[in-house]
This record gives sequence, structure tokens and C-alpha cells, in this order.
Amino acid sequence: MFRLSQHPTIDTASKLVAVSIAMFAFVFVVMVPLYNVLCDALGINGKTSDEAYIAISTEVDVSRAITVQFVTSNNNEMPWGFKPSVTMMTVNPGAANDTVFLAANGTNEAMVAQAIPSISPSRAAEYFHKTECFCFNQQPLDANSSTQMPLQFIVDQALPRDIKTITLSYTLFDVTGMVADKKVAAR
Amino acid sequence: MGAHHGPAKGMSRWLLTTNHKDIGTMYLWFSFAMFILGGAFAMVIRAELFQPGMQLVEPGFFNQMTTLHGLVMVFGAIMPSFVGLANWMIPMMIGAPDMALPRMNNWSFWILPPSFLMLASTLFMEGGAPAFGWTFYAPLSTTYAPPSVTFFIFAIHILGVSSIMGSINIIATVMNMRAPGMSYMKMPLFVWTWLITAFLLVAVMPVLAGAVTMMLMDIHFGTSFFSAAGGGDPVLFQHVFWFFGHPEVYIIILPAFGVVSQIIPAFSRKPLFGYASMVYATASIALLSFIVWAHHMYTVGMPVAGELFFMYATMLIAVPTGVKVFNWITTMWRGALSFETPMLFCLGFLVLFTLGGFTGLMLSIAPADFQYHDTYFVVAHFHYVMVAGAVFSMTAAVYYWIPKWTGRMYSESMGRIHFWVSFIGFNIAFFPQHFVGLAGMPRRIPDYSLQFADFNMMSSIGAFIYGASQLLFLYNVIVTIVAGEKVGEDKIWDGAEGLEWTVPCPAPYHTFEVPPKIDAVSAHA
Amino acid sequence: MNFKTVAKACVVSLLVSGPTWALAQNQINMAKGVTEVGAQIYGLHMLIFWICAVIGVAVFAVMFYSIIYHRKSRGVTPAQFHDSTQVEIIWTIIPFLILIGMAVPATSTLLEVYNTDDAEIDILITGYQWKWKYEYLDEQGDNVAFFSNLATSQEEIYNTDAKGANYLLSVDEPMVIPVDTKVRFLVTANDVIHSWWVPELAVKRDAIPGFINEAWTKVPTEGVYRGQCTELCGAYHGFMPIEVHAVSREEYDAWLAAKRSEKVAQTAAAQQALGFEELMASGEAVYRAQCSACHGAQGEGGVGNAIAGSAIALGEVAKHLEVGIKGVAGTAMQAFGGQLSDVDMAAVITYQRNAFGNNTGDIVQPADVVNHKQG
Repeated sequence: MFRLSQHPTIDTASKLVAVSIAMFAFVFVVMVPLYNVLCDALGINGKTSDEAYIAISTEVDVSRAITVQFVTSNNNEMPWGFKPSVTMMTVNPGAANDTVFLAANGTNEAMVAQAIPSISPSRAAEYFHKTECFCFNQQPLDANSSTQMPLQFIVDQALPRDIKTITLSYTLFDVTGMVADKKVAAR
Repeated sequence: MGAHHGPAKGMSRWLLTTNHKDIGTMYLWFSFAMFILGGAFAMVIRAELFQPGMQLVEPGFFNQMTTLHGLVMVFGAIMPSFVGLANWMIPMMIGAPDMALPRMNNWSFWILPPSFLMLASTLFMEGGAPAFGWTFYAPLSTTYAPPSVTFFIFAIHILGVSSIMGSINIIATVMNMRAPGMSYMKMPLFVWTWLITAFLLVAVMPVLAGAVTMMLMDIHFGTSFFSAAGGGDPVLFQHVFWFFGHPEVYIIILPAFGVVSQIIPAFSRKPLFGYASMVYATASIALLSFIVWAHHMYTVGMPVAGELFFMYATMLIAVPTGVKVFNWITTMWRGALSFETPMLFCLGFLVLFTLGGFTGLMLSIAPADFQYHDTYFVVAHFHYVMVAGAVFSMTAAVYYWIPKWTGRMYSESMGRIHFWVSFIGFNIAFFPQHFVGLAGMPRRIPDYSLQFADFNMMSSIGAFIYGASQLLFLYNVIVTIVAGEKVGEDKIWDGAEGLEWTVPCPAPYHTFEVPPKIDAVSAHA
Repeated sequence: MNFKTVAKACVVSLLVSGPTWALAQNQINMAKGVTEVGAQIYGLHMLIFWICAVIGVAVFAVMFYSIIYHRKSRGVTPAQFHDSTQVEIIWTIIPFLILIGMAVPATSTLLEVYNTDDAEIDILITGYQWKWKYEYLDEQGDNVAFFSNLATSQEEIYNTDAKGANYLLSVDEPMVIPVDTKVRFLVTANDVIHSWWVPELAVKRDAIPGFINEAWTKVPTEGVYRGQCTELCGAYHGFMPIEVHAVSREEYDAWLAAKRSEKVAQTAAAQQALGFEELMASGEAVYRAQCSACHGAQGEGGVGNAIAGSAIALGEVAKHLEVGIKGVAGTAMQAFGGQLSDVDMAAVITYQRNAFGNNTGDIVQPADVVNHKQG
């Protein structure tokens, strides 16, 4: 065995200190990334990838029709108007679809928003591919202006047959403060 | 080391001591003070819940009381009390002169009082004390927390360091300082349970430190571990916390199991049944405790496969726990029982901890837990296992070993009264909580609907009785120390086994400076 | 106090009470509830309970036998046996098999709970500090949304009025759903974690900010079903109940239509000029429902600042509107602009400026609110 010291007590104690430090590091280096990887890979918590999907196959399964429902929420006092242009679409797995979401900043200040997606049922998340999404980036908007934010997606052909409705919910957060902090830090 | 002339005099004795008996004593008195403090918070809670309506405190302050009650009881009362017991008893039980790292031992204790002073002082800070529950879920404990949260985080860091240092000491002592001839399978079970507990502590206290460090970073350094806005997830907090939190509850109960495994054989005048099996069961419980954490999170929206895994793993823990209960009862079977106070508390433990175990099994069933989660049914469960489990066991330990520590005997009739008032008060306080929980009363609310009124009043009365009985306990302990009948023999209890009963009462300041002989057939206690 | 006596009493009460009716005084068992899934859960609960009861009685019987007959005072000599591998194996295997027996029905019930397919109605439930928002999702995007606040008065809570029936369990705007229809709930939160629970529907799901969770129910029986928030969410966690009305399909359709026209009417009302008495009357109602918990029934303050004699209520209307609409960042004062209709906002601001001895004589119209929001 690997000895850290001649003295048995110091040897034991040193090894245990190493274990404690390793367990502390474990939280940051293993638990956090592992959680994110598992959520991404298995769609746990309805998390979808935050990177654009590159389509492999363009085969469309016309035998199945999936209803995709769009829901929007504003987090905690986020004052923007935020809604989907259509609340529901019927799509075939494998087909490329697109839609837009409408956002309006009715305040007198320029702000930055971040949309966070969440899919229900959560096991559908790994089959819902966004080829382009406004949620990949922060969205700045000047005072008293509005915009249309695009979403392009493909529902994977391998979606389990028992799922017929997928709900995509976006929560809009105000990240103006977070962006400002980073700008200050970067100077 | 020139300390062979007995303890120093005055304050500096206590401040600078490296003696395991002195440090054990300080831990025990500190934990008793914390028990009274945490109990006072509980009295405020139960006084407000005595009747429907808000009578005594505001809802925000009520949440501060429930939060501090939990934190002080778990981290200030129960854990340090068993560490104190470990300090006093482990060296003597293995024939060692002291703990492996006596100076670190002093630090382990002395950082605790300042840490709890800091925690208690948050009551007087702007925005009040932490009010987010002892489980401090984000974002209530990060984005929406009062300014005192930073002091709460520091307090947790400090007491975590104390626990880790104490555990390292225990492991180093047990692994390296057993008297020659005392193999692992000859150690008293109390030493085994503490050895295993210490490994659990070294593994998971750093995880708690990690969780509160991530909180600190989210609050002060602009990270988003637990905030969806920055790509994080509040549920990550729950996973990290409970990865610590579940082993934590076994950390609380395993030393209690060890105490009961010493006391029941003593008062049955019969060896512990199934020693090896008890060791393996304890180790299995400890190992399983790492893979069950999400049973605290059944309603959080986990995928069904994960939910099922955690349900099966949690149900499995019932097996080794059941084995232990069967072994204790079989120890009693065909023994020659007597019912002095330590045995009374152990029998109370056996009945009430088992009841708590049954409600634990009910809670493990995930679909049923959708109706139990975050209700008073859970509150009833954990008070049965932690109070009637761990606290009763610690109380039994105090009555059992106080003659060894002080050289004086407690009053058996006063001990008996303490037991019965505790037992009755405890059950009146907590049994009705099963009912209101099943009937729909949520946790952590300062006011409730009318149909819960009668049982809540009953519960509060029981709590007041139980609280009063702990003052009786304090009285018993003080009277014993100051005026108890002096004992003559080394071995007070005729059925007791173990090296601690071969040294005088009170135990000399230094014991086993020469290791004792462990003969080949000497039974483990 | 003998455990066995208490146990017997509980068993008898359970046998007698059986499936207790909900909200009964001193109910000791879980509600069987009205849904099929709820009945399954109740059945599981009772199964595990009885298994534990039988094992408990057996185990304690052995223990109490020992306590009575194996006493030193009876002069017995203690036996010295101290292990048996055979016995250890038996009492490991048998409990393991019992657990498998429990796991089978538990698994099938859990799969049922998770099956949200084929719902007819979708409702987005959002937990706020400290109220619920319900949004009925519509295919055309014409969602009906409203807040559901505690309806119990501060006077009842602080013991100046007698507590009514359904104390702490009634709301101003309940969720209404049709019977015999599968309803899917999409649960999320606006700020901290909350949890939506209705015991008689056996639905409990955590509301996590930034994420949606799913749940479902299908209620066969008309009735009113009450629940509470079940995740600590701040000071008023105990004061954000849930009320679900299950009604006939016709009643539901009529209610939904009425809610839609209410929305239209509110937009229209926002154009009108309202009278002082009208504004004060509805303002008082809004104040009691939305403001009094923090600002006091008499405007005396509490968790929130006092309204009586406050600089904001007596100062510029624009500043007062700003605080009401946008809230105050870093405090518990939320942005009510998204929660109150323009008419209600105008009314409550008018009320605050003229009640509690404030007497500014200011009248704030819905149009003023609309203009302020537009900047």
C-alpha cells in the first residue's frame, strides 16, 4: 500500500485528509458535470441541449403526427411581453419545422433576456432537436422595442411511439444585471 | 509529554486540554446546552401551533425557528453528543491511552462554540436568521435569502471541519491504537459503529461543504449552479444536499445503534446475539446509504426509471436494519433482564425506533410518498427515529457511563421518572403528527386549518411535557455529579463487559498508559 | 401508557373510520380521495401499513414476552447462546421476499402516476410567492389566465374574527375542471420552489422555477377539493392554498366562456372612467386580498411598510404606480402589474391613497395605469 508517512497515525490521518479534499473536489468536478451530462443525454428535467443540432437523416415519418405545444412564462418580475406566434403545431418526426416567438421590451431601458427551455414529458427531451433557437443566446432588446425570435426544430424519428404530445416551455429571465457584471469584470 | 501529574487548574485546563476525557466532557456539556437551545426553539414552534391562528410570532420568524431548531439539533446537539461519547469511551474500550491526535482533538471541539455563536447571532442580524429550513433548498436560500445566509454558510463550513477532524481522529485511533490482541472482530460494537460512522463523515461532510460553497458562489460571485437563468438548476442543489443528507441520518443513528448494542447485553446478562452479523449489517447500511438519496426528492419530477431505482434501493435498507432489531431482541431472549434506567431507555429505543422504521418503509414507497412528502407524516417519522432513536440512546449512554465518568451513582428513582415522563411526553407529542400528516397538514406552516386543531393541541402539550422532562434530566445529571452516592467498584453493572469496566470509577485522568492484556478467548462486549 | 393499548386503539379507529370523508375533524388516516390513482395509492398505503402492523405485533410480542418472563427477579439463569448463522439467513431472506411483494404493486402504481398521455385539457400552474396562477392553454393561443389567492381574511388569522369553515383552505378564484376528463398539469414556479398538492386527487408535484413538471388527474365525482403548497417557499408558505372545483362539462364550458368574456370586459373597462365610490369599494377588496397580509389590515404595516401616512401613498401618483406595478427589487414587494388587471390596480392605488387617514382625494383611473405601463 502507498504510505504517506512512517508514523502509522500520521499515515492514516493524511490519507483521510486526502479523501476529504477529494470528496470536496468530487462535488465540483464530478457531481456538477455528471448532472449536466446526464440531464443532457437523458433529457432529465426536460433539459434540452444548448447547442444547435446538426441533422443526420432527413427522412420524414409521415405515419405519425406529433402535437408540439408552446408555452411561455416570465420569471419573477421580468416585464417583457413574451408569447409564441402559434401555440400548437402538428409535425411529423424527421421533418424540419420552424416558428417564431414574439418578445417586447415595454420599459424605458435596454435589457437583456435569457430564455430557458424545458420539455414535457421529460423523456421526450432527448428526441427534440433544436437546429436553431433563440434560447442558445442571450437576447438584448432596446427600450420600447420588440422582436421576433426564431426556433427551428426536428422531432427525432426515434421518439417513443407512446408520446403524442410534446410541450416546449420557455421561461424568460432578466439577465441584464448578469451581463453588466461580466462587462465590468472583463474591463 | 509531561502531563503525568493530573490535570492543570483553572480555565486554561479546559482551553488547552488534549485529554480525551476532558474533551469528551466538553463535547457532552456543549451538546446538552445546544439541546436546550434547540429545544427552546421547538417550544416556540409548538406554542404557536397550539391553536389555529397566529398568536405569538410572525410567519417569517416562525420559519427562523423551524430552521434553527433543525440546524441546532442536528449539528449542535446530536452529532457533538455522540462525538463526546466517542472521545470518552473509544480509547478506554480499545485499551489506548488517548486519541491518536490529541491536539487536533482540542481544535475539533473548540471551533464549535464560536460557530454556533455565529449561527445563533443571525437571529439579531438585519433580515433575521436563516428561514429556509435546515435543508436550505435553492433558490430560497440563494437568490431569496436574507443577508445572514453568508454567516450561516461560514458556520456550516466550520462545524463541517470539526466533524471531519473528529472523524479522522477516531479512524486513526481505532486503526492504529488497539491494544495488542484486540483484533477488529473483538472490538466492542460501539467502536465498530463509530468506525463506520467516521468513514461516512469523512466521505460526506465535504459534500455538504461543496453544496454551501456553491451557494456562496451563486450568492456572491455571480455563478449559476442553482439558477436556471444562468443555465443552472435548483434540483442540482437537492441532489448534492441529499447525497450528503442521507448518509448524514445514518451518521446520526449508527453510534446510537452501537450504544444500544453495549447496554442491552449488559442488562440481559447475556452476550450480544450475532456480533458478526451486526458488524456486517452496520456496514451494509452505511454502503447502501450512498445510493438512496433521492427518496427525499420523489416529487421533484425525476424520470420514472430513476424514481424506481431509488425506491428499490431505499426499501432494501429495511433488511439490515431489521436484522439489527431482531438481534437485539434475541439478545434479550432467555437472558436475565433487569430494568435500570439505561435499559429502560434502550427498550424505549427498541420499540419507538422500530415504529419509526416502519413509517420509513411506508415513506420509501414512491407513489404513496406523493401523499406523505412534506407533510407532518415525515416530521413524525424523523422525530421517532432521531429523538426516540438517537436521543434516547444517548440518554441511556449517559446513565450507563456516568458512574464511570464521575465516580458517583445517579438516583434510580429519578432516572425512572425521567424515562417515563420522556416516553409519555414524546409519544403524546409525536404520535398525533402521523394523523395530521395523513389527513393533509403540510410541514413548515405556522398556522393550519381547523380540522387539525385537536391533534396539534395534543402534540404541543406532549412537547411541553417532553421539554420539561429534559430539564429533569439536567437536574439528575447535576445532582449526580455534585451529590450522587460514591461508587466503590470498577464494574457497576454486573452484566457489563468491556475494558472500561476494568478501570476505577471515576476513571483516572490517564488510563491504559500501559496496554492491557487481551486474552485469546476474551469475548467482545 | 402501553404501546400495545395505543396500537389496539389505532387499529380499531382505522377499521371503524375506513375511507374517511375528507376534511373530517380529527381524521387519522389518509383520504381515499376520489380518483382511481388516488384509490390505488391509498390501497398501497394500507397494504404496507398492515404488513408493518403484523410484523410489529409479532416482534413486540416476542420482546414483551422476554420482558415479562426472562427477568432476573424471577430467578432465571441467563442462557449464553450468542449466534446462529441459520437464523440470520432466515431473517434476512424473509424480509427481502416481503419487500419484493411490496415492490410489485408499488411499481405499477408509479407507472400509472407518470402516464400523462391523452389529456384533453392542459393547465399551466405557476407557483408564486405566495399564490398560484392558473393558465388554461388554448389551441388558438387565447389562454385564460388568473391568479388564485388565499381568501381567508387577516382578521380571522389574527384572531379578531371567528374562523370560518375552510379556514386557510379557500381561494378567491378556484381552478375549475370538468369531471371524467383527463386534465394535464404543467407545473412551474415564478420565483422559488413551491409544490402543488391536492390530497383527494392524490396529485403532488414540485414547482421549479425555469422548468416544467407534469402531472395529471381525472376526477369522476363533482365536488370541491382543497390542498396546500407543500414546499417551503418563504414566510407565507402556509397561506397559499389550492381549490379545485370539479363540475359537469356544461358548467365548465360556461365558466370558461365567462372567463374569456371577463378578459374582454377588463380590457374594455380599462378605457372607462370610474367613479370614486366604485374605485374605493373594489380597491378595498383588492387591498384585503393582495396587500393586507404584508401591509396590515389597517395599513399599519408588518412585513411590508405601513401604508397609513406613507410618503409614497401621500406623494406623487406616478411613484406610487411605479411601486405597485414594478415592485421593489431586493424586497418582498412584488411586481403586481402582471397580476392585477388595470381596473384592479387603479382601484387599489386609489384606495391606498384615500383610506387609513391618507385622504389625498386622488383618483387613479385604469387608463392612468395603462399609460404608466406604456412608459
